[in-house]
Amino acid sequence: MAGGQTSTEYIQHHLQNWTYGKLPEGYTRYNGEVLTQDTWVSAHTSQEAIDMGFSAVHVDTLGWSIFLGALFIFIFSRVAKKATADTPKGLQSFVELVVSFVDSTVKDTFHYKNRMIAPMGLTIFCWVFLMNFMDLIPVDWLPVAAAKIAGDPHFFFKVVPTTDPNATLGMAIGVFILMIFFSVQQKGLVGFIKELTLHPFAPPTKGAAIIVAPLLIAVNFILETVSLIAKPISLGLRLFGNLYAGEMIFILIAIMFGAGFALGLFAGVLQWGWAVFHILVITLQAFVFMVLTTVYMAMAHDNHDEQH
Amino acid sequence: MNINLTLIGQTLTFFVFVWFCAKFVWPALINVMVEREQKIADGLQAAERADKDLELAQKKAGEQLKEAKAQAAEIVEQANKRATQLVDEAKEQAKVEADRIITAAKAEVEQEANRVKEELRGKVAALAIAGAEKILEQSIDAKSHNDLVSKLAADL
Repeated sequence: MAGGQTSTEYIQHHLQNWTYGKLPEGYTRYNGEVLTQDTWVSAHTSQEAIDMGFSAVHVDTLGWSIFLGALFIFIFSRVAKKATADTPKGLQSFVELVVSFVDSTVKDTFHYKNRMIAPMGLTIFCWVFLMNFMDLIPVDWLPVAAAKIAGDPHFFFKVVPTTDPNATLGMAIGVFILMIFFSVQQKGLVGFIKELTLHPFAPPTKGAAIIVAPLLIAVNFILETVSLIAKPISLGLRLFGNLYAGEMIFILIAIMFGAGFALGLFAGVLQWGWAVFHILVITLQAFVFMVLTTVYMAMAHDNHDEQH
Repeated sequence: MNINLTLIGQTLTFFVFVWFCAKFVWPALINVMVEREQKIADGLQAAERADKDLELAQKKAGEQLKEAKAQAAEIVEQANKRATQLVDEAKEQAKVEADRIITAAKAEVEQEANRVKEELRGKVAALAIAGAEKILEQSIDAKSHNDLVSKLAADL
C-alpha cells in the first residue's frame, strides 16, 4: 500500500488500467490544463479514463495478454519444432501432456470434422491460464515496479488481463464471430435463419392455425437471439467475474499489510491461503472457457434439420 | 473498467494466436504424438512376433536334440555290436591258431620220437650184436647173424 493513500484510493488505483486514449478538444485535465486540440495521452485519473470513451486502449491489458500469448506460442512452437517421436523428454512431455489433455477434452465434446477447434481449445486454455496466473503475483509487485520505472507514483498498472472485461469479452466476441461463421458455413445462411426462427416452437404450416405462425416465428426469433447473444456475454463475464473477485480479495488482503505487524502477519497467512485456493480457480476458469467454447462450436456445427 | 478499443484489440489478438497455433503448433505436436503411437504399436507387435519366433525356435531345437540323441544311441549300439563281433572273430582266430600250433607241435614231437626210436633201434642192434659176440666169445660170422639181429631190432 503506497504511502499517503486511503484504502479507497488504494483500491481504486489498483482497479484502474493504464489507459491511453484521446481526450477531446477543450477538455480540462486533472491539473487544470485545458486542451486546445484532440490529444492522445495516458489518463492520469480514473475520470480522464472514463472521459476518453471508446477511443482508448488499455495498454497494460493488451501488453500483458499479447506478451503471455506470445510466451505460450513461443514455448509450444519451439517444442513443436524440436519434437521427435522418440521418448519425449522434459518440456516436450509436459507440452504433450497438455496437448493430449486438450485433445481428449475437445474430442469428448466436439464430434465434427474441424481442424480448427482443438488448436483453438489449446490456445484458449494456455493463454487464459497464463493470464489468470498473473493474479497469483502479489498485487503490488508489478504495479510498484512499473511506477518506479515510469517515475510516476500515480502510474496505473493492472497486470491481470482477465480482470479487464475488455479482454474477456474481446475473446468471447472472437468466439462469437467463429460461432456465427461456422453456423453459416455448416447450415447455410437459410439454415442459420431457420434455426433462429423455427425453434423452439415449430410454427404450423397448414390448416387454420397458420395464422399464428408469424407470431411464433417472432417469439422464436426473440428467444433464440437472446440465447445466442447470451452465450458470448456469459462466457466473457464469467471469466471476468471470477478473476475480478479474486483480484479484489487479494487487494483487500494487501490493505491489511499496512495495518501493523500482527494484522500484517495475519494478512500474509490469508494471502497464502487465498493464493492456494486461487490456483484451483484460475485453472478451472481457463478449463471452463475452453470447454464452453468447444461446446458452442459443437452447437454451431449441430444441424437440427438433419437430425429430425 | 471502461469498455473501449481494447475489446477489438483483444479479439484480433485472439484470432492471431488461434491461427498461429492451428497452423504451426498443433499439427506438428499431434503428428509427432500419432507417429509415436504408431511406433509403440509396431514395437508391441514386433515383440509379440519375436516371442512366437522364440517359442518356435525352442521347439525346433528340442526336436533336433531328440534326433541327435537317437542318432547317438544308434551309433553306440552299432559300435557295441561291432566290438562284440571283433572279439568273437579274434577268439575264433586265436582258437584256429592254437589248434594249428598244437598240431604242428604234436607232429614235431612224433617226428622227434620216431627219430629217437630209429636211433635207439640202431644202437640196440649194435648193442645186441656186441652182447651176443661177448656171449659167444668167438666171433661169429657177423654177416650171417647180422640179418637176424636186424630183424630182432626191427621188432623192438
